[in-house]
Amino acid sequence: MQIALRAEQLVKTYGSGDSQVNAVDDVSVDLYQGELVALVGPSGSGKTTLLAMLAGLLRPTSGRILIDDQDLTTMRERDRAAFRKLHIGFAFQANNLVPYLTALENVELMLRLSGQRTAAGRERARELLVRLGLEERIDALPRQLSGGQQQRVAIARSLISQPTLVLADEPTASLDSERAFQVVQTFAQLVHEQNRAGILVTHDLRLVEYVDRVIQMLDGQIERILEAQADLSCLANPERCGRIPMGALGFDGDDCGCPEPEPVV
Amino acid sequence: MSIASHLALKEIWRNRSRFLLFSGVIALITLLILFVAALGEGLGAGNREYIEKLNADLLVYQDTAQLQIPGSQLPVSKLREVRNVAGVQSAGPIGFAAVFIPIGDAGDKLNVALIGVEPGLPGAPPAYEGSPLKRRSADECLIDETIADSLDLGPGDQVTIRTVQEGEEEFYTLRVVGITDSRKYGIRPGLFVPYVTWDRIRAQMMAFEGDAELRANVLAVALEVPALAEQVTDLMLSEVRRIAIADLQTAYEKVPGYVEQQSTLTTQQTFALLIGLLVIGGFFQIQTLQKVPQIGMLKALGTPNGTIAAMIMIQILMVTLIGVIIGAAVTLALSLAFPPNIPIIFTPRSVALALATIMLIGPVGGLLSIRYALRVEPLTALGLSN
Repeated sequence: MQIALRAEQLVKTYGSGDSQVNAVDDVSVDLYQGELVALVGPSGSGKTTLLAMLAGLLRPTSGRILIDDQDLTTMRERDRAAFRKLHIGFAFQANNLVPYLTALENVELMLRLSGQRTAAGRERARELLVRLGLEERIDALPRQLSGGQQQRVAIARSLISQPTLVLADEPTASLDSERAFQVVQTFAQLVHEQNRAGILVTHDLRLVEYVDRVIQMLDGQIERILEAQADLSCLANPERCGRIPMGALGFDGDDCGCPEPEPVV
Repeated sequence: MSIASHLALKEIWRNRSRFLLFSGVIALITLLILFVAALGEGLGAGNREYIEKLNADLLVYQDTAQLQIPGSQLPVSKLREVRNVAGVQSAGPIGFAAVFIPIGDAGDKLNVALIGVEPGLPGAPPAYEGSPLKRRSADECLIDETIADSLDLGPGDQVTIRTVQEGEEEFYTLRVVGITDSRKYGIRPGLFVPYVTWDRIRAQMMAFEGDAELRANVLAVALEVPALAEQVTDLMLSEVRRIAIADLQTAYEKVPGYVEQQSTLTTQQTFALLIGLLVIGGFFQIQTLQKVPQIGMLKALGTPNGTIAAMIMIQILMVTLIGVIIGAAVTLALSLAFPPNIPIIFTPRSVALALATIMLIGPVGGLLSIRYALRVEPLTALGLSN
C-alpha cells in the first residue's frame, strides 16, 4: 500500500517557560491509501491538536507532515490553503455546511474551490448524495435537513474533490446511535472504495469496528496502536469480547481483567 | 461566475428579506442625501441664478458696501465713468427690490424680485419667448419662467405688482413682453422692468438718500476681453473713485446668507453621509460576527482570504446599489409631485456626485467587517483550538 500521509516527530508546544505544555509530543505515524484510522483518547490527550496539524490548519513547533510527498510544515499560509482544497477533505463536528447553499451546492462548493466543477464533477456530486441516501433532499437547505442528513452532506463534500486525506472530527457527535452507525459505515465504505486515507476522531468506541486501525493518544503521545481486527472488534464490543481494558484507553469503564494487548509502538 | 460572486449572490438571494430591508435603509439615506443636495442646489440657485447668468464679467459696487448688493448705492453718473475705462465694452445699471404679485382675492401672493435693468445693456436678460425689454420707461416687464409657470402668464398678458409708496399700498400693472429662463435672486423669481420704470415703482421707503440723481445698486460691466478682467479691474479702481469691484462668483457668494446657507446644507449632507457610513459599517460588522463559524469553515476548506473579502465586498456593493436605485427612484417620484415654487433642483452633477458618494461610503463602511473576516482563525471558529 502506498503511503498517503507521513507525520514525523510532530511536536506542538504552547506557552513558554514553566507554563510550557506539549499538546502533541513526538508523534510519528504513517497512513496508507484506502485506510481508515480512528483517533481516540480522552479530552486533552492531544488528538484535536494533532488533527489540526494534519489538516494544515496549525503549524507544528517541530516535525514534518508529508501528504502526497509535499511537506505541509514548510508551506506559507496561502500555499497551505491552496493545498487543503486539493488534497484534504473535512467533515467537522459542527458548523459544517454553508447555510444558504443547498445540499448539492454545498457539495459542489468543493468542486468550485478545487477547480473541478465540470459536468462530470456535478454528476459525481449528485451520485454521491444519492449514494448517501439524500436523493430526496438534494435541493434542501441545511436548516431543512436533520443532523444526520447534514453530516452525510458534509461527508459527501469531504470526498467529492477526491482528496488524498479525509479528516472527520466527531462527525457523529450530535447523532443518535443508529444514525451514527449509518454515517460512519457509509464514510468507511467510501474511504475504502475511493482509496482515500481517512482519520476519524471519535469518542464512541463502538464505531471503531468500521476502521482499520485505532490510534490511542494520551498526554500528547501515541499510547498504542491497535490494528488486529480481533482487537478492534473487541474494542467495539467489550462486553461480548471481554478482552480490551477500557480503562487503559482512557475511557470510562471497568477493566475487564483480561491481559492488555501488546503495544504496537 | 467566481466563487466569491456565487457565494455572495446566493446568500443575498436566500436571505433576500433581510438584505432588502437593509437596502431600504440605504434607500432612505439616499433619499435624504439627494433631497439635501437638491435643496442646497435649489436655494443656492435661488440666490445666485440671476447673477450667475448675467451677460457681464464684473459687478461694480459702492466702495463702502462691502460687496453687499442691498447696501450699495451708485449714482448713475458712475456709469459714464465706468464705460470710459479702457477695456470696458459696455455697462448697465441694476436695481433690486422685493415686491409681490397678489393672486386672487384670498390674500395669496407670489413673492418676486423686481429687477430694474437698462434694455440692451449688461444686466438685461434675453427672452426665449416673446421679446426682451426694449423701451426705457415703458410699463412692461420680462418675467422668468417660474413666474410664467406659477401664474400661467405669457407674452401680452398683464401682471399686477404691489409695492409700498410712502407707507401706502400701491399697485402697478405691467404688460408681459417676454419670458426668460429661470433667473432668481434672493430665492425669488425675477421680474425685469426697464430701469426708469423700476425707479418709479420700487418701494419708496427704500428710496436712496438724496434722490436728485438716479441710483442703481450695482453696475454690470461687460469687458472687451474677459481674460483681462484683473487688469481692467485695477484700471477701473484707479480711474473711478469710491467703487468696489467683484467678479460674478464673488458677487453671488457675497449675497447675504448665501455662504452660511450652503455651509449649513453641506454640513447636513456630511452628517447624513456619516450616518450612512456608520449604518452600513454596523450592518456588515454584525453580519460578519454572525458568520464567524461559517467563514472559519470556508477558510478551513481552502477558501483564500481574497475570496472571502471579495464576497463581502460584492454584497456591500449589491446592497448599496439596490438601495441607491430604490432611493433615487423614490426621490424622482417625489420630486415630480413638488410645486415649482419649492426650491429643489436636481442637477445631473449634484445627483451624480451624491450617488457616487453613497456608493463609495458602502465599501468604506464595510472595510472594518472585511478586516474582521480576514482575521477569523479557522481553528477557533471551528472549535478546534485548545
